Amino acid sequence: MTVQHPNSFRTQPDERGHFGQFGGRYVAETLMPLILDLETEYRKAKDDPAFHAEFEDLLEHYVGRPSPLYFAPRLTEELAKDAAPGMGAQIWFKRDELNHTGAHKINNCIGQILLAMRMGKTRIIAETGAGQHGVATATVCARFGLPCVIYMGATDVERQAPNVFRMKLLGAEVIPVQSGAKTLKDAMNEALRDWVANVHDTFYIIGTAAGPHPYPELVRDFQSVIGREARAQMLSRTGRLPDLLVAAIGGGSNAIGLFHPFLDDPSVKMLGVEAAGYGLDKDHAASLAGGRPGILHGNKTYLLQDADGQIIEGHSISAGLDYPGIGPEHAWLKENGRVDYTSVTDDEALGAFQLLCRTEGIIPALEPSHAIAAVARIAPTLPRDTIILANLCGRGDKDIFTVAGHLGVTL
Amino acid sequence: MTTSAARLAAAFGQGRPALVCFVTAGDPTPAATPAILDALVAGGADVIELGMPFTDPMADGPAIQAANLRALHAGTTTPAILTIAAGFRARHPHVPLVLMGYANPMTIRGADWFADAAAQAGVDGVICVDIPPEEDPELGPALRSRGLSLIRLATPTTDAARLPAVLDGSSGFVYYVSVAGITGKQSAALTSIEEAVARLKATTDLPIAVGFGVRTPEQAGPIARVADGVVVGSAIVDLVGQHGADAAEPVRLLVAQLAEAVHSARSLVA
Repeated sequence: MTVQHPNSFRTQPDERGHFGQFGGRYVAETLMPLILDLETEYRKAKDDPAFHAEFEDLLEHYVGRPSPLYFAPRLTEELAKDAAPGMGAQIWFKRDELNHTGAHKINNCIGQILLAMRMGKTRIIAETGAGQHGVATATVCARFGLPCVIYMGATDVERQAPNVFRMKLLGAEVIPVQSGAKTLKDAMNEALRDWVANVHDTFYIIGTAAGPHPYPELVRDFQSVIGREARAQMLSRTGRLPDLLVAAIGGGSNAIGLFHPFLDDPSVKMLGVEAAGYGLDKDHAASLAGGRPGILHGNKTYLLQDADGQIIEGHSISAGLDYPGIGPEHAWLKENGRVDYTSVTDDEALGAFQLLCRTEGIIPALEPSHAIAAVARIAPTLPRDTIILANLCGRGDKDIFTVAGHLGVTL
Repeated sequence: MTTSAARLAAAFGQGRPALVCFVTAGDPTPAATPAILDALVAGGADVIELGMPFTDPMADGPAIQAANLRALHAGTTTPAILTIAAGFRARHPHVPLVLMGYANPMTIRGADWFADAAAQAGVDGVICVDIPPEEDPELGPALRSRGLSLIRLATPTTDAARLPAVLDGSSGFVYYVSVAGITGKQSAALTSIEEAVARLKATTDLPIAVGFGVRTPEQAGPIARVADGVVVGSAIVDLVGQHGADAAEPVRLLVAQLAEAVHSARSLVA
């Protein structure tokens, strides 16, 4: 059977919030009216030039956009060194690690807090795993003077102490979640429990392109600034489009933000990189490679789960990729074949982390280190005139303790 | 053979309010659940809600979260839950049994598989917390085609415009979630419950059972005066948590007090 391709890959989701069989609105009845309100309000905001103007103004003057598009000469040469003659693709980075707060997460938080204020909500909640989304949410709450409650698994609170302190400095209340496995998915459960009890005044800023419709769509739209800028920058610098886009995927917001504006450019291939943790035959967080479609946290998507549909904990050295699901649009893009997906282990990511430090003087976060590892694998197999563009979605300051631990260094 | 619709209709048609009791299947172990279910019936429960444990019960408060984890740690599987249901049906041919839980465990083998297995086990209805009417195709058609009731939840946020969609395709009874929140926490003011039930009754002939935050006979009685049924879950689940495999007798005693309060609620007023 040949795969039937849609005329455009950029028209999803449908009016019911589905990306093919994925996505949807699998939430308790208490939340449904609010989800429908959010959708209505988002449609209005999307059509409102004033909303876009405020969003773009904040991205420029508060976040520091556009982020640079950077050609990485020494990494390119390093990876071409052992390649066959004429091989060794050019490597470029979209430098979203240079954003205020050090990652792409802030793009989405700016968009969502503007929506929250449009809806008259006066209290913000969010979940966080590594703490990056928590910090970004606490940041925009401080900027706009709204009270902020961050749910974070008790295990993560312990292993991400610097980010917990950052959130508190920014005025947020950080609530350690003791339920379940005490990590990101449990933090999301607890945020949903808070939301369901406080629907009248509370807005839930979800950190990735997942959750009930319209979150996957609106997070994608806010993060698509990454791909729109990159597309224009690449055209202006090289006169052409990149040949291959590469991005790491936990929930998948930085990847969908880079990919989406290119989805209807047939010459542009795309590669999403999941976290293979200790290996796909051991503990990992690669939902597409090792999971099956199921329903969790408001959407249908690929999930790590057992035969009864019980959710299995993800594992990755990168706390930001350590989630047993993936955004529904990625599940759809995998099934229709528009985007390829691969995975990278903890050890490969650690190697790529150090490689970028030494060759380019950039300390990447462990999340994009997965993308860099995939680039390192592929670049030597592609001709020298091939352009690979990878999303450097976060900086690595937050990860130096983890990396030091793995390298046997005590700080 | 008694059909599922008939069993639920009979339970709510006894001329007095019905007591609906929830426990989590497999809590503390699958082997201990049958005796606890029997205790619910012995205490006077009219409808049994058997919770299907899930790793991520995001609509539940601490009591039922803990029960889910106890059940899963004890190795409770979906086939084991269906075996518990079938055993219950054999022992109690007339007491309605409803499965309550989350979408993923119910649909992971396919909605048709689940609906077939539930029907064969003698289950009468299903309450799925995270399949709203908008996602009905996921489970609703499979249940209805096998004569199982899909029991939907109505909440304080379900407004008049939305209510018909919630009722469309529902049967058995309507579960009114009396507080916007999670299970086992705060309870709602009686006046707001009375208004909500009146609003629902104006739109549907289905019986209305009220739950979330109802823990004691003192709370259950007044609600029973205005609703067709009262649902109690967390208070019973707490007893199971406290007494483990020996929970049947304390559960029976609590349920007997609740049943007395619920069943006699209207006669005391009259």
